[in-house]
Amino acid sequence: MKAVSKKIAIELYKKVYLIRSAERGIINNYKRNVMKSPMHMSMGEEAIIAGVCQALRRQDQALGTYRSHGLYLAKTGETDGFFAEMYGKASGNAGGKAGSMFLSRPSAGLVGVSAVVATTIPVAAGVAYANKVKRNGKITTVFFGDGAIEEGAFWESLNFACLKKVPLLFVCEDNGFAIHAGEAARHGYKSIADIVGKFESNVFTSSSTDPEVIFEIATKAINMIKKTKKPSFLHLKYYRYLEHVGVGEDFAVGYRPKSEFKKWMKADPMKLMRGNLLKKGIREEAIMQLEKIIDKKVERSISLAENAPDPAKSELYKNVFYEKG
Amino acid sequence: MPPTPQNPSCIKTYFMKKGRYITYKDALREALLQEMERDHRIFVYGLGVPDHNAIFGTTKGLLEKFGPERVFDTPLSEDAMTGVGLGAALNGLIPVHHHIRVDFLLLAFNQLANMVSVWRYASGGRVKVPFVIRAIIGRGWGQGAQHSKSTQAVFAHIPGLKVVMPSTPRDAKGLLVSALRDDNPVIIFEHRWLYDQEGEVPEESFTTPLGKGSILRKGKDITVVATSWMNVEAHHASEILKQRGVSVEIVDPRTIYPLDEKIIVDSVKKTGHCIVADNGWLNCGFSAEVAAVVSNKCFGELKSPVERIGFPATPCPMARVLENEFYPNAADIVRVIEKKLKLEPSDLSGEIFYSYEKRFKGPF
Repeated sequence: MKAVSKKIAIELYKKVYLIRSAERGIINNYKRNVMKSPMHMSMGEEAIIAGVCQALRRQDQALGTYRSHGLYLAKTGETDGFFAEMYGKASGNAGGKAGSMFLSRPSAGLVGVSAVVATTIPVAAGVAYANKVKRNGKITTVFFGDGAIEEGAFWESLNFACLKKVPLLFVCEDNGFAIHAGEAARHGYKSIADIVGKFESNVFTSSSTDPEVIFEIATKAINMIKKTKKPSFLHLKYYRYLEHVGVGEDFAVGYRPKSEFKKWMKADPMKLMRGNLLKKGIREEAIMQLEKIIDKKVERSISLAENAPDPAKSELYKNVFYEKG
Repeated sequence: MPPTPQNPSCIKTYFMKKGRYITYKDALREALLQEMERDHRIFVYGLGVPDHNAIFGTTKGLLEKFGPERVFDTPLSEDAMTGVGLGAALNGLIPVHHHIRVDFLLLAFNQLANMVSVWRYASGGRVKVPFVIRAIIGRGWGQGAQHSKSTQAVFAHIPGLKVVMPSTPRDAKGLLVSALRDDNPVIIFEHRWLYDQEGEVPEESFTTPLGKGSILRKGKDITVVATSWMNVEAHHASEILKQRGVSVEIVDPRTIYPLDEKIIVDSVKKTGHCIVADNGWLNCGFSAEVAAVVSNKCFGELKSPVERIGFPATPCPMARVLENEFYPNAADIVRVIEKKLKLEPSDLSGEIFYSYEKRFKGPF
């Protein structure tokens, strides 16, 4: 396998670090009750998000789930609208109407995410269908958890996408839990990769938490979409560091032991990616400089969000429908 | 010529003016043809769209003319296919999704209530969702509990969806054209008995505005607000009562949401009486919505309480005798009008009421 270039490695690290830094910003301020909405944190999934988004071009499109802080940040690189949205402010990306669970930024290719499991999968198939009809070469990616595989919408969408041969990359981020229900309570099958492999698709699996490895798999999967004119499917394992919803740990409640977390932490995506940069000869000081710039950007966005005005009350009634003129 | 079972084209008698007469289904087909020619972003899809039945003929010939990328059959996946429509709409196409039974549209309720209706609002108004959904409603021929629903109230309850029920061929065309140009999700409910109704429809393309009702019959004694097929029944009832000197005004809201309250309120203020004949269940139904609007805005002018006619709170049964009990018709409207105007009951024994029997033998 050809080694990932220094340039791409730096981009990968920037994405991973931005997600970590922004989520630290959320955690530090959430307890002050300034973001009054549920948060589903991305910590632990950064390798998948950064790796896949790095393999996409800006004009390529992505959809995700309610756990999409990482996706938003990696796809858009934008933090002002992000934090203002978390705070429910007028300057938020959607004027405060969306919040953490309904992020979108179509101009940067983030079509949207949704808080009902599996609901964006068919939408992604439609986005990809339109791209196919328009012959614009754009790739669409849809991120979902392993719980989504139990929803009918997943199978309906997989079938349609394979039938119509749309340029769509399915990314299953498997953390082993649907809220707190483990695989044993939910899975009536052995291997999702085997089943999806029976469809007209290209299937890839990995348990790596190295962003470079994911980037290479995603690149290959996207190339296969172009080459075979069939959708690709990635089944990727990761470990959710924090509770299902909220900014704290949940190892005390009993459904998973902290020893698991410690095991996965040894291969923490940020730690691995930082090590990759050092191995490529990038100096510690240069990395620290990168980190400082990102931390400053996050701090500034949080400060802007804190001081931004609330939406006008009249906003409640606006944009239910599009009105001409 | 009065409507008879031999001449089910009641609307032809009542609604027609001079001009070209075509059926409701041909009017829908013409709208699709003309709009698809005009706007290359439009594609039509759904189970049965390109088959020999072609959604009661409304999509006939579209595949041959526009090709399989713009006209296609789908897997039996109503939920996902609705999501596909949303995604295509977000990427600049205009999907028209067809359901040969509104009962099947309910499989897509998740996408409609959680996604399609919400998307623009939750994007902060940055995107548009031009998405038309056509679904067939209403009574057929022993269709029973899962092939004959009328769910306008269910969908009109959800902010972000427009709900349309054309009653005349002219409105079928004009409202479908408007829906295709609206840049919002619009659900069109088409009663299967209306497909063969004939009426005057201009050949050239035209729009009938969404959110605007129409006075289908001018009158001064009593207002009947009717939806979909119930307009045909209301006209029959009006003809019967005309012979006794009663002048009935029929208001067809045409759009269930957003509702043209003014046209209803103006009519009721004039007549002082209001009956709502909705092609749907009474409980928590559209008729209750209209009754609430009328009692709120016409309280001083009302000479009697608002009366509602619709389906009882039961599933629709198959047996003909029970089906006839389930569906109200012109006779029911006559009786309610007589009650409100304190008239002796008319002798309806010689009257022949509309029935599908003479025209249709099934099985579909």
